[in-house]
Formats: sequence, structure tokens, C-alpha cells
Amino acid sequence: MNIYVCVKHVPDSAATITVEGKTGINEKITFLLNPYDEHAVTEAAKIKASSANDTEVIAVCLGKAAAENTLRAAMAMGADRSILIETDTSRDSIFTARALAAAIRSDGRPWMVFTGKESIDSEGMQTQFRLAQHLGLPVATNAIKVDADSDGVTVECEREAGTIDVYRMAAPCVIGAGKGLNNPNYPTFPDIVRSRKKPVKRIDLAELAIDTPSAGMQIRELVPAVEQHSPKALTGSAADIAAQIVDILKNEAKVI
Amino acid sequence: MQPIGLLIEFKSGHVKPANFGMATAARAENRQLVALVVDAPAGDTKAALEAYGVTRIVNIRTDSNGWDPAVHAAAVVAAMQENGITTLIGLTSPTGRELLPRVAARLDAPLVMDCIDIDLDDHRVKTSHYSGKTMATIAMTGSHFIYGMRANVVAPLKAPAAAEVIDFPFAANHPSGFEVIETRTDGSGPQYLAESDIIISGGRGLKNAENFKLLYDCARHLNAAVGASRVAVDNGWVSYAMQVGQTGVKVNPKVYMAVGISGSVQHFAGMKTAKTIIAINTDANAPIMAHCDYYAVGDLFDILPALEKALSSMTR
Repeated sequence: MNIYVCVKHVPDSAATITVEGKTGINEKITFLLNPYDEHAVTEAAKIKASSANDTEVIAVCLGKAAAENTLRAAMAMGADRSILIETDTSRDSIFTARALAAAIRSDGRPWMVFTGKESIDSEGMQTQFRLAQHLGLPVATNAIKVDADSDGVTVECEREAGTIDVYRMAAPCVIGAGKGLNNPNYPTFPDIVRSRKKPVKRIDLAELAIDTPSAGMQIRELVPAVEQHSPKALTGSAADIAAQIVDILKNEAKVI
Repeated sequence: MQPIGLLIEFKSGHVKPANFGMATAARAENRQLVALVVDAPAGDTKAALEAYGVTRIVNIRTDSNGWDPAVHAAAVVAAMQENGITTLIGLTSPTGRELLPRVAARLDAPLVMDCIDIDLDDHRVKTSHYSGKTMATIAMTGSHFIYGMRANVVAPLKAPAAAEVIDFPFAANHPSGFEVIETRTDGSGPQYLAESDIIISGGRGLKNAENFKLLYDCARHLNAAVGASRVAVDNGWVSYAMQVGQTGVKVNPKVYMAVGISGSVQHFAGMKTAKTIIAINTDANAPIMAHCDYYAVGDLFDILPALEKALSSMTR
């Protein structure tokens, strides 16, 4: 049985982002496996460990050639093999979901499909839902607990503080991993060495014969965020500082 | 008149105030505001929406027993089609994160979440990319347009109108392979961070779970929400739902108080758009001190009780 994990190659959240041209960034920075996808890979590997021997975890990524590093990271964390759909440009989630769905369909039949609940670069929060729509599967997001059996999964999802939804989805299904799902399997050195020998299948976008979608989201301009704050010190005793804070709340922010 | 769909949410039986900012942002002479209300609680919904210019309320009644994102999204799509709505605006809230992408996926329509600026005529929005380090202008193309607004980016302005109410019963097509077993809530769920005007967050400096009481004591007087940094969450002092930052909730309050938080890049990603940032930290060199409006170098265990005292004497 195949568990597919869709992953994204994203800039390290601590990296300095420099805008280049009108819509791009300088990509000579550290890129990583999207943090939520780490939870997705870890969960898939966990499910494989307690499943039938023929269960396979396959990482799938739409990205530039450099995204192979992210697939290697996913394989070091437990994926058995991976698929890289190569593209030269960044793609929106409408296109990405079509590409991921087509790659999964051409590879095999999924038992489950994992994604992270969102990516930390474009923060679109939607690819998992579009992917599910194209594959005709049920979907749940921000999963914090997954119990899988051959018929389907019982999944707990955190909606907001203090609210957990429990869903039953028939297999196959799509699951968006949340941060509370598990502690990521950070790889050991032997894991990394083994991951280098695991296969990466490269697919050319043209092979997937994806229809050009009639809808899209296109970045027209990217500008550095402006720092709007100029710090002023509050000084004196604790009571003095408290009085100044109250004054700010009352007279400047006008919230009391 | 172009109908603009507003996906309405409720909290404790009332329309969430953040919906009024959404209505304000969508209002224009050539547009009709159509509120889409799914399984509304009985109450003051009509009057509340009329006050902000809504002239049609589509009262969607599903056959689901409580929350069901798959059924609710299908019902919203059906109601949009029935009412000729091709533009839908909702909040980037826990409910919006569930419903808006499902609606967009069903319609194969463009969707941008967490918009801080929306141009409904040109289908252009602004949203942050790369953890708040850049601002992106995105052009959407398609036959339908779905927008997830960040709460509090537009201040609500009243514009009284009279609204017709249309009942829209919706029966789901079972089985869909998706079933809600239960929704568990501990009832004590704190105010949802992203929709709060004032947030007081604690970090490493709080030292343990018990000390968060100092934040709640101040928050109570201000009707503020309490948030936390990743360190506080990873140490198990507070729940993940309280985490502000890159991998937590992104907030946009009028006032953000960062108490005992050094201010990592990832934390800034979640709160840098706050109007006024006040930092309290013992370390004058903490990054937060250079990226705020006001900072106090001092011990939070002295300042918070003093603040609580000042607030209580004021509100008494």
C-alpha cells in the first residue's frame, strides 16, 4: 500500500529574504523541507512501521532541481523513495495540486496522502484541499492524531484553542499534518547516508500533460516588509512603568 | 449590483465583530452585500448584519448535526450558485481555514488567505509571504474569487440597511467518505487570538505554567487574549493554540505586549503588524527591544503585578 507525502522546498524561516526583480527572491539561501511536512513524513513513516510489509512511503515534490535536497531530507526521515516533478518557475496552488495529483495517479494507488497543513513561504493553506478535489478524496486539515486501518483513518484535528474535531475518513484520503501530530524524526547520520541511495524519480511536467488551468493566483509584486516601529524606553520603578503602559493603552492606542 | 458573499461566523451565539470589518471593506455603491449564514444560532443576527450594510441574508440550513466542514462548504457553494455570487469573503479564522479552501477547491477558484488588503474590482490582494518578511501583491484570475481576510485590518463602520432573509435548506449527498464523529471542546477555550484587539504574550521569561496567571490577571481587566512564544509552548506551559508566530497564529491586534519574549524572527512573523508593540524584558539587548514601540527593561515579576494593580484601580 502506498502512502504519498507531498512536500515543499521552502526558504529557512531564519534566512534573510532579499527581493530580486519584481516578484522573485535571491535563492542563494538555505532551503529546507517545509516544517509542517516534517510532521507529515514522520507520521507516514510511523504508519508504515505498524503496517503490512509492502507498505511504501513516497515523497512527492513539485519544484526546481534544487528541491531534490528536500526530497533527500524526507527520505532521511523515513520516505522510501521520491518523485520530483521539475519546474523552472514557482507555481500557484491551483497548478501545484494538479501536478501532484497527476504524479500520484501515474505512480500508483494511494492508501493515504499526507501534506503539511500549509507552507511557510507562501502560506496558501489550500493545496491539500485542491489535491483532494482532483483525486476525488475526503480531506482533513491540521491533524494532531491519526489512527489508520485498512478501511480508512480516524483523525483528530485541532480547529481552535480547546476545540478538537474527530473525523472518520474512508481510505484513500488526504491528511494535512499539524504541528501537534508528532515529534519529527530528525535523521541520524546513518539515516542521511541511507537516504542518498534511495531513488528519486524525475518527471518532466510535460509528461504529466496537465491542462493549463483557467484560474490562477499570480504574484505581481513582492516588496520587503517595512519596519514601522521606533522604540521608546519606559523607565522608572515598576509602578512608574505600569502607569506609562496604562497611559499608552488609554491615550495612544485608545483601547481602554 | 454585484452581489458580494460574506461568510459569517458566530461566537457564543453572536456574529463575530471581525465580520463587520469585512462588510465595511466590501461595501461600495455598485455592490450588494449578501451574508451567507450557515446553521445560525437564534438571535440578533439580522439586526447585527443590517447595521453594517447587509441587504440580503441567506439563511443556510444543513442537515448536519453541528459542525461538518465538508457539508458546510458544499452548502456555501450551492448557496453562492443559487444567488449568483462569484465573490466570497471570509475570515482567516479557524472556521475560514476549513471552509474557504474547500469552497475554492470545489469551484476550482483562486483563493488568497490572510489578505491585508483587497481590491474586489481588480481581483488584487496583498498578503505577507516569507514569514512576514515581504509583502506580495497577487492578481487573481478565474470565474469565481475567494478571499480570506486577516481579522481587524479594516475597522468596522456602520451603514444601516434593511435586509431580506432567504431560507436555503441544503441536504448533503451522503455518503462522501467523510464523517464527523464528534467535536470535543473543553469549554474554556480562550478568546481566539487573531480576533483580539489586545494580546498579552509570555515567553521564556515566564519560567513556568503557573506564572501565566500574571498575564491572565492583567488580560482580564483589558478583555485581552493571552498568547505565548514557541518556547512557552514547547516547554508545555501553555497549549499550542496560544502560540503566536511563524508556526502558530498570526495576529494583528491594536496592542501587542510581549512579556519575557526575546523576539525571534519566527515570533515576529506572527505579530509584526500589530499597531503598538510593548515589550517587557530583563535583557536590554533582546531583539524585541529594537522592533517595538515601547520597551521596559525590567523584571516582569515586578512590572506585571504593578500593571495589574494600576488596571484594577482604573476599571473599578
